[in-house]
Amino acid sequence: MSIVTVQLGQCGNQIGHEVFSALCSDIRGTHGLCSKKENESYHDSCRERFFTEEESGVPVARAVLVDMEPKVISQALSMAASSGHWKYSSHSHFCQKQGSGNNWANGFSVHGPRHKEAIMDLVQKEAEKCERLGGFFTIMSMAGGTGSGLGAFVTQCLRDAFPTSFILNHVVWPYGTGEVIVQNYNSVLTLSHLYQSSDALLVHENDAIHKICAQLMNIKQISFRDVNQVIAHQLGSVFQPTHTAGGGSGYSRNPLGDLMEALVPHPEFRLLGLRNIPQMPENSLAYSTFSWPGLLKHLRQMLIANAQMEEGIDWQVRPPHPGSSIPSTNKPLHFNTSIANLVILRGKDVHSVDLGGFQDPSLYTSWLKPQDAFSAWKTPRAFNKYEKSASLVSNSQFLLKPLDSIVGKAWNMFASKAYLHQYTKFGIQEEEFLDCFTTLEQVISSYTNL
Amino acid sequence: AVSLRFAVGQCGNQVGFRFWDLALREHAAINKKGIYDEALSSFFRNVDTRSGDNGPDIYKGKICSLKARALLIDMEEGVVNEILQGPLRDVFDSKQLITDVSGSGNNWAVGHKIYGCQYRENIVEKLRKTAEHCDCLQCFFIIHSMGGGTGSGLGTFVLNLLEDEFPEVYRFVTSVYPSGEDDVITSPYNSVLAMKELNEHADCVLPIENESLFEIVNKIHQMINSGKLGSTVKQNSLVTSSAGSAKTLQEKPFDAMNNIIANLLLNLTSSARFEGSLNMDLNEISMNLVPFPRLHYLVSSLTPLYTLADVNVPSRRLDQMFSDAFSRDHQLIQADPKHSLYLACALLVRGNVQVSDLRRNIERLKPSLHFVSWNQEGWKTGLCSVPPVGHSHSLLALANNTCVKPTFIELKDRFMKLYKKKAHLHHYLQIDGMEQSCFSEAISSLSDLIEEYNELDATKGGPRIDPSRLKIAV
Repeated sequence: MSIVTVQLGQCGNQIGHEVFSALCSDIRGTHGLCSKKENESYHDSCRERFFTEEESGVPVARAVLVDMEPKVISQALSMAASSGHWKYSSHSHFCQKQGSGNNWANGFSVHGPRHKEAIMDLVQKEAEKCERLGGFFTIMSMAGGTGSGLGAFVTQCLRDAFPTSFILNHVVWPYGTGEVIVQNYNSVLTLSHLYQSSDALLVHENDAIHKICAQLMNIKQISFRDVNQVIAHQLGSVFQPTHTAGGGSGYSRNPLGDLMEALVPHPEFRLLGLRNIPQMPENSLAYSTFSWPGLLKHLRQMLIANAQMEEGIDWQVRPPHPGSSIPSTNKPLHFNTSIANLVILRGKDVHSVDLGGFQDPSLYTSWLKPQDAFSAWKTPRAFNKYEKSASLVSNSQFLLKPLDSIVGKAWNMFASKAYLHQYTKFGIQEEEFLDCFTTLEQVISSYTNL
Repeated sequence: AVSLRFAVGQCGNQVGFRFWDLALREHAAINKKGIYDEALSSFFRNVDTRSGDNGPDIYKGKICSLKARALLIDMEEGVVNEILQGPLRDVFDSKQLITDVSGSGNNWAVGHKIYGCQYRENIVEKLRKTAEHCDCLQCFFIIHSMGGGTGSGLGTFVLNLLEDEFPEVYRFVTSVYPSGEDDVITSPYNSVLAMKELNEHADCVLPIENESLFEIVNKIHQMINSGKLGSTVKQNSLVTSSAGSAKTLQEKPFDAMNNIIANLLLNLTSSARFEGSLNMDLNEISMNLVPFPRLHYLVSSLTPLYTLADVNVPSRRLDQMFSDAFSRDHQLIQADPKHSLYLACALLVRGNVQVSDLRRNIERLKPSLHFVSWNQEGWKTGLCSVPPVGHSHSLLALANNTCVKPTFIELKDRFMKLYKKKAHLHHYLQIDGMEQSCFSEAISSLSDLIEEYNELDATKGGPRIDPSRLKIAV
């Protein structure tokens, strides 16, 4: 099954480009560490999922690029083409001359309806190229105007036009300080709207990725490109082909569907966090060896203690005693309760890995049986030169604090009525803001009371 | 996205001239192949002049003849004529000029009421024609001074007109405010009358004070002549330079001062024109920096003022650039943002600067700055990969900060000194359409604005009480 990616705004298009580059570079690599047959199967599955063929043999990304100003798309197109290894279709982008001004209302209420037909036309064309459409993957930030506002609008359109398809939104959360002043307003409006039309939101926080770049990747002068490349690596580690548990011998044919089934048992809980281990500079890879028990021990504690990376984990945090039903208010402080978790293992010796630690019932709410709350996907094919790598996609309280912080700051600003005239000018009134705050306070409450 | 510029009056046109000169040089340095691209198109049309001045616009391909997207308006001919005889004569055609001969006599009412009325149709017609050539008009820029008659009066008339004709297009105004020693006695009247118009019709105003420009020019002059850095300063990197001559500073201080404003305007639009990892368009500036419609006065600072010739730029020097942007002596008005209250702050960085450099410096400087309680992390940032000519990196800071208040209070005081004695009032009141109420309304508008800043200042340092959140039934 194929996935159509929709890249929205500057962030969406910059990250999208890095994602396709990472996918392509991974399948081109000779570090598969597995049998030739396995490698070919992986290769074919990835190609089917993310690329179409062209006469020249150069893979063409299954993507639609949308932005309200031309510079970023133009760069993405030319960078891909000059790589020689893959490219974007020359007919799959839509842009305008003047951005959205960081104004969610402008993106949602003005650009959205105005350009709906043109954008959905491109999406339809890409969808038609798929022999079997596995769903949509949108990439956007929620801080600006286009990715956030137009992105929310397009997601709604996707839902209306493809009611039975899966929609996964990759949403980038901005740095706490120093990107856009109205980012908290834009975030509140985006998240509440996406909650209505998307199946799940897979979140990356700039602050967290920045720390990974600084402390794990040892990058001195961190650029957005560095941040985007880490994000792309993490996304690739989720979306490259794997075998699912009951999937038989071939690679999973319905990755988005499988993801939703594993992680989103209840529509009130759609926020997914992502962790990947190990992460290190490429030139250190050759000198490092890892054991699965070591990696998984760290990954499990990252889940329990809500750590962003494998350094600086708080090992003091422990799950509550198994078997006792504890009201959420009495749970150990800082313990991250999960609804569902998915672990993805890639590389050497995956079949002998013991995942018992993740099946511990005390990690989870009591709604699902532990065997239903936890899923594992595996492939012996190593990813992106890492001999062994593990990813965790988690529907848990990972994002509770950051969400609460964003809503708090937005509410603080809303109470003073600052910047509201910029939104009402384009048709988003105070009542709409209140509805969005209510929706998110509900989500916060739900996750808090797990 | 394209912007149209209106240079009104003597000061406006002198600054305008420096702007077009620097813009051409910037694009020439970057656009080596002579191809007419999106970046150029934001300032210039590309006209096929082989068959004369009325040739068609060329939207792609090689540059033929660049014409500035501008209207030059002056009620005296001196400055505009000089421009048309100088090296930029081919950048403007006669259809872009509106001139008269006798000037406005340093009288806002003459500029606004008499010339406004007289030239309205002419201006609208030329405006519409110029706008027709823009396939996506985003912004109007007006450059003028506040203290005289044409820039101040006719300039604000044009501002009104732009709102009437193209209400959706952003109106940015760069206003040069008169100093206390200004030799035009009636400059306080002209400025306050103009302020009312700016309050009501501008989206964003960048106030500039000659005193600040002069101090910056002197500082550079001293740096170069002190012998400490003299030979190691890259001549073409001076924020005051045109042809890169240090002599300019001494002989023609106004040229040097005007270059600073021209650089400000260039840097302001750099991220909209050139690529970068975090673009900042003009409509984002007004969106993020104007929390309430009337509070749209932005204090600007440019760093560095010059670059030393040694190529090695350790990150300490980069950090110094950020520190300087917040120092009193780099602001383009007499203001001290560090000791006043920030409503919002934007940092537009050009050159080889990455997000980690930005973050490090924001973290470092934040503790010494006061932000209003509802915008504690009120930073808007942009990263443009292309540095200005002669620099490896540069920073433009725009602050919506209560430190503009003293400028306005002084202006009000100077106005009241004259007004109480009714000095020179008759020159204004004898103009058709001018009444006493024009003055009382204008000073009232300014007082209200000052009061808004006072109220904000009163919250500074006070207890922080976060409003209680919505409660959800569990």
